[in-house]
Amino acid sequence: MNEIKTGQKIHPGSGRRKAPTFNKGRVLDGTDLEKVRALLGDRPRRRDLLIEHLHLIQDSEGCLPAGMLHALATEMRIPMAEIYEVASFYAHFDIVKDGEARPAPVTIRVCESLSCALAGAERLISELESNAGSDIRVLRAPCMGRCDLAPAAEVGHRHVDHCTPDSVLEVARSGDLHPEIPEYADFSAYRATGGYKVLEACTSGQRSVEEVIETLSDGGLRGLGGAGFPTGRKWSFVRAETGPRLMAVNGDEGEPGTFKDRLYLESNPHQFLEGMLIGAWAVEAEEVYIYLRDEYPAAREILLKEIAAVEAAGLAKHTKIHLRRGAGAYICGEESAMIESIEGKRGLPRHRPPFVSVRGLFDRPTLVNNVETLYWVPEILKNGAEWFASQGTNGCKGLRSYSVSGRVKNPGVKLVAAGTTARELINDHCGGMADGHSFKGYLPGGPSGGILPADMADIPLDFGQLEKHGSFVGSHAVVILSDKDDMKDVALNLLKFFEDESCGQCTPCRNGTEKAVKLMSQPSWDSDLLTELSQVMADASICGLGQAAPNPIKSVMKYFPGDLK
Amino acid sequence: MSERISFELNGETVEANPGETIWQVADRLGTEIPHLCWQPEKDYRADGNCRACMVEIEGERTLAASCIRTPSPGMKVHTASERAKKSREMVFELLIADQPERETSHDPDSKFWNWVDAMQIGDASRFPAGSRPLADSSHSAIAVNLDACINCNLCVRACREVQVNDVIGMAYRGNGSKIVFDFDEGMGESTCVACGECVQACPTGALMEANLLDKAGHRTEYADRVVDTLCPYCGVGCQTRVHVKDDKILHIDGRDGPANVNRLCVKGRFGFDYIHHPDRLTVPLIRRDDAPKAGDQQIGRGEVSKYFREATWEEALDRAAVGLKKVFDRDGGSALAGFGSAKCSNEEAYLFQKLIRQGFGTNNVDHCTRLCHASSVAALMEGLNSGAVTAPFTAAEQSDCIIVIGARPAENHPVAATFLKNAAKRGKELIVMDPRGQNNGLSRHATRVLQFKPGSDVALLNGMLHTIVEEELYDRQYVAANTEGFEALKSSIKDFSPEKMEEICGIPAETVRSVARLYATSTASLIFWGMGVSQHIHGTDNARCLIALALTTGQIGRPGAGLHPLRGQNNVQGASDAGLIPMVFPDYKSVEDADIRSHYEEFWGTQLDPKKGLTVVEIIDAILADEIKAMYILGENPAMSDPDQNHARAALAKLEHLVVQDIFLTETAWHADVVLPASAHAEKWGTFTNTNRQVQIARPVVPAPGQARQDWELVQELARRIGLDWNYGHPSDVFAEMTEVMPSLKNITWQRLEREEAVTYPCDAPDRPGNAIIFGDRFPTATGRAKIVPAQVTPPAELPDADYPMVLTTGRLLEHWHTGSMTRRSATLDALEPEAIAALNRWDMKRMGVSAGDFVRVSTRRGEVTLKARQDVDVPEGMIFIPFCFAEAAANLLTNPQLDPMGKIPEFKFCAAKIEPLTEKVEAAE
Repeated sequence: MNEIKTGQKIHPGSGRRKAPTFNKGRVLDGTDLEKVRALLGDRPRRRDLLIEHLHLIQDSEGCLPAGMLHALATEMRIPMAEIYEVASFYAHFDIVKDGEARPAPVTIRVCESLSCALAGAERLISELESNAGSDIRVLRAPCMGRCDLAPAAEVGHRHVDHCTPDSVLEVARSGDLHPEIPEYADFSAYRATGGYKVLEACTSGQRSVEEVIETLSDGGLRGLGGAGFPTGRKWSFVRAETGPRLMAVNGDEGEPGTFKDRLYLESNPHQFLEGMLIGAWAVEAEEVYIYLRDEYPAAREILLKEIAAVEAAGLAKHTKIHLRRGAGAYICGEESAMIESIEGKRGLPRHRPPFVSVRGLFDRPTLVNNVETLYWVPEILKNGAEWFASQGTNGCKGLRSYSVSGRVKNPGVKLVAAGTTARELINDHCGGMADGHSFKGYLPGGPSGGILPADMADIPLDFGQLEKHGSFVGSHAVVILSDKDDMKDVALNLLKFFEDESCGQCTPCRNGTEKAVKLMSQPSWDSDLLTELSQVMADASICGLGQAAPNPIKSVMKYFPGDLK
Repeated sequence: MSERISFELNGETVEANPGETIWQVADRLGTEIPHLCWQPEKDYRADGNCRACMVEIEGERTLAASCIRTPSPGMKVHTASERAKKSREMVFELLIADQPERETSHDPDSKFWNWVDAMQIGDASRFPAGSRPLADSSHSAIAVNLDACINCNLCVRACREVQVNDVIGMAYRGNGSKIVFDFDEGMGESTCVACGECVQACPTGALMEANLLDKAGHRTEYADRVVDTLCPYCGVGCQTRVHVKDDKILHIDGRDGPANVNRLCVKGRFGFDYIHHPDRLTVPLIRRDDAPKAGDQQIGRGEVSKYFREATWEEALDRAAVGLKKVFDRDGGSALAGFGSAKCSNEEAYLFQKLIRQGFGTNNVDHCTRLCHASSVAALMEGLNSGAVTAPFTAAEQSDCIIVIGARPAENHPVAATFLKNAAKRGKELIVMDPRGQNNGLSRHATRVLQFKPGSDVALLNGMLHTIVEEELYDRQYVAANTEGFEALKSSIKDFSPEKMEEICGIPAETVRSVARLYATSTASLIFWGMGVSQHIHGTDNARCLIALALTTGQIGRPGAGLHPLRGQNNVQGASDAGLIPMVFPDYKSVEDADIRSHYEEFWGTQLDPKKGLTVVEIIDAILADEIKAMYILGENPAMSDPDQNHARAALAKLEHLVVQDIFLTETAWHADVVLPASAHAEKWGTFTNTNRQVQIARPVVPAPGQARQDWELVQELARRIGLDWNYGHPSDVFAEMTEVMPSLKNITWQRLEREEAVTYPCDAPDRPGNAIIFGDRFPTATGRAKIVPAQVTPPAELPDADYPMVLTTGRLLEHWHTGSMTRRSATLDALEPEAIAALNRWDMKRMGVSAGDFVRVSTRRGEVTLKARQDVDVPEGMIFIPFCFAEAAANLLTNPQLDPMGKIPEFKFCAAKIEPLTEKVEAAE
């Protein structure tokens, strides 16, 4: 045969490189694919379930090996980049690239947010780091909603309160890393005390939507996640939108110093669930998504069990309940970021307009309520608007759950009249200041709400009362500070929190928090530049995180100039 | 909904169109607002993240991003308030803090720095700098310098939303947020296809053409001029803006052409440097008397002078013409043949076929459409009396159901593929039918993937037609009013139930039925096809089935509905229209029709050949049969592109006289007597007609090298030397003559093309756009009806057997164009795909003990090649895929030259082959 031989000499290319021997990019490992298929079982491969599926892998492997992520991308038909950007956004996922070592089998997360920092978290972390050994990993973590039990840590999924290095390491070496389930009112207990009667009155037609909304409005129920928007009005807005409509429950209680939602979920979950089901009934939400932060594993176990009980009892027929698990991102407490996260994406807040009541989850009109807001719904409907409204003080309406922590004798959730002042909280409800501490200032509403001095402790703590002082009550997370606390350090702790938790979407917040921390870490603050920066962050950030992040800076400069000397 | 919104902008009452943002209104009215993450180009969604465009709205607590905010009635907007200005400036100051120093930055002329100048805020920042990521130089074409990244997300949108290649992500969080490729790999190790959309979108120089930077990552190269022209590669017809320095192309951007909307692919953006390659022919060559021809002769680099000597243009042209003339005078026109090229312009194609027909009185003129879509055109001519697409690929936007069969647009028509992916992302049904998988192409976006057995197209499609007839899914009214032959189809299709066809094509009957239902009942369905349909001995039958699907269901002639054979070469539509086909004059007018012929005889002033000419493969056979003795080949490379290459090259070598006009000494030119150095696409004027029937204009970007001359001039020189009285002064003269004889070009003039850049034909008036969708009212047949032609199932010509148990299929790679003569001489493309490979299934490799990267020998009854094994997820078991671009292991040594009886297209997509692992790894001989 007159054959042409192969040969470099006729090669029109340079021939300097070698041909790739596989398709472009990573090569999928068949074993990884089998493992992922087995883990997912017959679960749907829907895009919005990505974070749930990532949890499956993280829980089973203790991390997210790149090979299994590749397999998950293939199985879900999602681009690798999309999987990676979601997995890397959330603090509770540990991506392990090919050839990298897996994390140690036990993870200790130590809370470093303000209340725990005041209680000595920094020392705890350094002692743990030097004593833990190689099979235990020590990580810093933001607020776990246990500020009254500070310092707090989480070992695996088990929390340790008032912890010492020894108590934490003891748990870590015990092998039992499951959440401890507290005593709570289960379905039968709640039912036995007349629970779900209000819901039944609603779904059976005894009570009308209009009347229910009117009662909530008259009672003065407002969004207790922090925004304080009148609940009745929100329900009617959403109801007015063209269906199909959805509901999402914000259980991503992450504002440092806040732990009231956890308390209610872990003690009386059904009162919340009943309120939620009434909400779903009122706006005719076809489905309800509960977004629960991953820092609350006990609440998750409780909800899994109790939702099943409610469904089995036939009380949730008018809607469909989904429980979704966060993965360690404060920003997902912002309602539109939470919606993104429920959709299986990174928690980036959306631009408004459109508001989520118009276009929310899966682009449908969506009712978003906080856990505690819903918790009060059955009570108000049972006891009447007047019962709730009349409980306020200092001209305010309703009951409030103040999460009080810091330098007081008896911290905890204080369920008292709306409008209670910081001084009243300390003296009348917390047994006064902790021994050896004198009152210097306080955070009325977590890091976002700014810092006020002790001489401004007689302002009613309610929505609309503090704004004129450059502050707000938000989620009612009151952190009490004393003469032992340097406000410069406090502000830096808060700004570091915002820096860590900024989603990174917009320049003023992403770069602003980072530059602020750098400027604030210097021996003396460049107050002019920080003032300018604060204004731009407040003016130009997309969401409340960036807009409120400079509040601690402004507060310290305004109210605690002495600490800046 | 369509109400205009009245609002106040800087104290003046203005109106916004529905959906228009504050930024767009301000821009329209001449107020410039800085912007980084917003890019006004089409298809880029506003993301509102950089906050460089903040404005103040009265009554609002915070400022608003003007790029994403739409005004509401009565809104009072201030773009220049102190507060807004302060925010915009500080956004820049925050970003500058982390940027490399401007003087030594990757692109001191970036949009970012230009805004810094425009806003007069200075290059310095009061903020402390953060940490800076390291450079990623893993990709040969694109430099990744994320120290300049401002997280604006434009590259993510470019990659995921515009081109839908889905490689780039924004990973991590907060200040640690970072652009990543796949799993944060180096760009060069990722699934990146190097379309470069991200480079075009990046406002800071974080993603740049690598060739503009020095080793330290500083920009050293700046263009001294730009030229608007076209991409030289595929049939998509992307419009380009070419940046030139010192008469060399520096870099290329996409323009807003109707077919590409600013998009380009790796070849169009980075594959331009072949024209500057040292292999370019710059001097006319004449074969040395002491260098006899041989079919197996190969001429390596540095060996040219052993076979050819340099000549003057006079001598070369005389020698070329004399040789042709001698054969003509002695043996008549039928002893001559010409191959034109679908890479050349309309004008060159027209002149070439005119030369062969007028000068030699023969219709033996053909080009590579014979090897691509001849069967498609045959079936389309038979059914619709028109060979062109009925709808542009951009009609995918209006379509509800898109079928892509036997085409791999993500590799071969990458920019067209982006529009299909856009449609799929919007929720349209995308059905991919291909024996080879498209895992890294369309499949992930497809709602259904039918990976049928190779060569069983008719079985699959007849199964669909059977369903449509049996379940009465056809459009009774449409069939009655617009078609003929339905009854014949109805009776013939009875034998092709999906259940029976399942055995042949391997697709479950129920899947075939549901796809048929979906196609038939969707509001608008569109079919795309490529070489996988046409390059079979039953290629015409394959196309007939697709035509029958459209005609029975009325899925044609409406927005979003139609038939679209994706044309391969940049001007295969135009070259065919211009008559570079042995059976027809320009505009597909039969050479055998006496009336038409006499019209042309009058127009060209000479007697013309009344018989159809020979086609590409027939011409090769005719040489070996001593019937054809001389050839003129312009820009074609049959030594690489024809099937059974040993046979084809033996024929070329046997020619008494061969004139090759090209830009490189191609494998074909090895066998030439005279080689005429010609000009590349970027060196000349011309019009080109893309797959969408859009006639577009290309402009010269750089001068041709050395003594190389314009192709049209060379054709004219030869014409004059054989006694024709030609006197064209410019390609525009040729175009003017074409419009006289080609009704398809009605209302399209050279001046109009220069002005409008693109006009779709047919076009009804000089001031109206052309008709993108055709055959809405009637077909251009005598009756106005289209003909449905039933097809029978024919197996491929050569089935696997004990000796040759595998199926060999051929095609292209994303990075390499056709026979590789251009792309393999592009440094960037060569770096991405440098060596000959055979793509194999991993189980076959395992069975044979072959590891990825090992050498294997692939052989068929016609020849054998040695190349590297690539483990390819797309290749099913029992199949071998070899791209035909590699001269050192040419796929067409192996392919079967059996022809489709009607389209005369060879069966490139199927032959029996065997594969042997080579125990000793044979490095190609130095």
